[in-house]
Amino acid sequence: MMIALNKRANPSPLFATLSPFIALTLTLVAGVILFLAIGKSPGAALYAYLIEPLTEGWSLHELAVKATPLILIGAGLCIAFLSGNWNIGAEGQLVMGAIAGAIVPVLIPDFRNLLTLPLMLCLGMLGGALWASIPGLLKAKFGTSEILTSLMLVYVAQLFLDWLVRGPWRDPAGYNFPQTVRFPTEATVPAIDYASGRAHWGFGIAILVALGLWYMLARTRRGFSLRVTGQSPRAARFGGFSPGRTTMFAFLLSGALAGLAGIIEVAGAIGQLRPVISPGYGFTAIIVAFLGRLNPAGAILAGLVLALSYLGGEAAQISLGVSDKIARVFQGMILFFVLGCDTLINYRIRIAGQSSGGVIAETPAATTGSDQKRDIDAAASAVPEAGRHA
Amino acid sequence: MLEAILISIATAATPLFLAAIGELVAERAGVLNLGVEGMMAMGAVTGFGVGLATGSPAIGALAAIVVGAVFSQLFAFLTLTLASNQVATGLALTLLGLGISGQIGEAYVGQPGIRMGPVFLGLDPIFWFSLLLLVAVAWFLFHTKPGLKIRAVGDSHVSAHALGVPVIAIRYGAVAFGGACAGLAGAYLSLVYTPQWVEAMTSGRGWIALALVVFASWRPVRVLVGAWLFGAITIGQLQVQAMSLSTITGLPAPFDSIVGALKAVPSQFLSSLPYLATVLVLVLISRNRRLALVNTPASLGQPFVPDR
Repeated sequence: MMIALNKRANPSPLFATLSPFIALTLTLVAGVILFLAIGKSPGAALYAYLIEPLTEGWSLHELAVKATPLILIGAGLCIAFLSGNWNIGAEGQLVMGAIAGAIVPVLIPDFRNLLTLPLMLCLGMLGGALWASIPGLLKAKFGTSEILTSLMLVYVAQLFLDWLVRGPWRDPAGYNFPQTVRFPTEATVPAIDYASGRAHWGFGIAILVALGLWYMLARTRRGFSLRVTGQSPRAARFGGFSPGRTTMFAFLLSGALAGLAGIIEVAGAIGQLRPVISPGYGFTAIIVAFLGRLNPAGAILAGLVLALSYLGGEAAQISLGVSDKIARVFQGMILFFVLGCDTLINYRIRIAGQSSGGVIAETPAATTGSDQKRDIDAAASAVPEAGRHA
Repeated sequence: MLEAILISIATAATPLFLAAIGELVAERAGVLNLGVEGMMAMGAVTGFGVGLATGSPAIGALAAIVVGAVFSQLFAFLTLTLASNQVATGLALTLLGLGISGQIGEAYVGQPGIRMGPVFLGLDPIFWFSLLLLVAVAWFLFHTKPGLKIRAVGDSHVSAHALGVPVIAIRYGAVAFGGACAGLAGAYLSLVYTPQWVEAMTSGRGWIALALVVFASWRPVRVLVGAWLFGAITIGQLQVQAMSLSTITGLPAPFDSIVGALKAVPSQFLSSLPYLATVLVLVLISRNRRLALVNTPASLGQPFVPDR
């Protein structure tokens, strides 16, 4: 059996919409197989994983709490990835944003008024943007691979946070625990409805930011230049868009949003700095961006789905005794299936059963006239063609 | 003393070298597999688990090689058969590998592992094997016909395809080799370097290995040089950390933790040195654009769909 790809003349709008859903369905199927393999009832497991977290008020709040950083970072990464800038160091930018924002409650604890929180959020964005500007600048100036530099800086940021909370920023009254003082009320993101759960207004900010980015991408010149640069840097240059400037913009924006996610996480959900402030939101947000098909509005839904995977992992640990680490396995599978399904958008997949030898061992066959026609004529895709190589 | 330091540098350098030499072959074939970290994690947990179960570190290492190669084929199927984006798919492989290894390794946390002992000059068999591997890869890539084909596929998959070279099949093989090497590199960590299992114990070494390939401008011997350089940085910073720790022993109990916290100040800084050095090295290499352009496989990272 061999799989052959035929390029579509135009990306399929049908599969562009369907591919994330197909991917999620395939993840579910894989989940059923996985649970059967480890001897758990798939029905009970999927209920614990997917439904249970949605049945109670408090857990819906938790969903919003976990979705907040995922949506914020994921929406920013959509912009970065679309423009061809592989910022995979959002986890580090989240940490630096949290540190920068925490300057206010930790170093100037007496500054307590209506401006405290806005100042913290601004500093958080600044911290994330500055940290992201390092790989951005190195790429724009020297052409250094942003993939590796942005990732290396994650470790540096985490070690810096570790040093701060164990050293100079440690709460003197904290019984030697590696953590800062608890942030005062003025430095806390207020809860949406304190009586019913933990969800805070950061969730609202995340939704607004994602919608704003969606508008920018779809409707503004800036958004257009970002998309063009990602699809064809050469065309972008002819269009007068500077790739270097686009790179900087993409890094500063995605870094600022990761930083905002960081400060919102510590000022909203945690309430202080600790050695570890994120269960890998910055990396999971990469999955959010792709599951949302690199559309910031799609990142909202995708962020909720991935937030559910975290919650489901915790729920499954309690009710099934499965390690919550299985959530990470599912998250990785989602990304795999999304990337695989995205192939359907640009290609038709033909499965030919009559393969005789090696996968692609044949010499290239002569092109027939009907080959060109097939890309244009959708109906022709059903017609099997002989003499084509893989 | 010098001998001990050299041995520890070699031990720190070997996992980096193994992962990087495998990735080098994949990249020479034009495939950028960012899943090294995930494949290493899979190798580490496999090596540890199988080594523990069989009592033989050698069988553990072999199992890790197989698992690394098999696991890499997930990436190969998506990027080569389904022509998915290599950067994104590599990231997916890393995330999945870290997830699965964390899940499997749950049972091994805190268990003492078995160590593969030294066989010659104080060094373990995998180290000596890695040197053989260097010679083999350098010879294979530059002095054999299949090696030439690999490089041709990486430099221009269109031309290679037109000449009848099976581009996709060669790339599948190159990715599998990279996976096998990364798996062995991971097993080295859990069987030789620190014989235990800790979640995400690869701690960025897969990424440093990726940087080493760039640093080496895709030349096998330079990968070894780079790996030793990073091994030396790692061991150097650990030595300094150990020294600052040793001065605090013997203090009365209440001061112990305070001084310990103070001593912790430089330790995080020292720990971040290998990562900062990676960034620095990448910048220095990429500043010389001509050098980078001459050596980079021209088709690196580009999907290939044999069309017509």
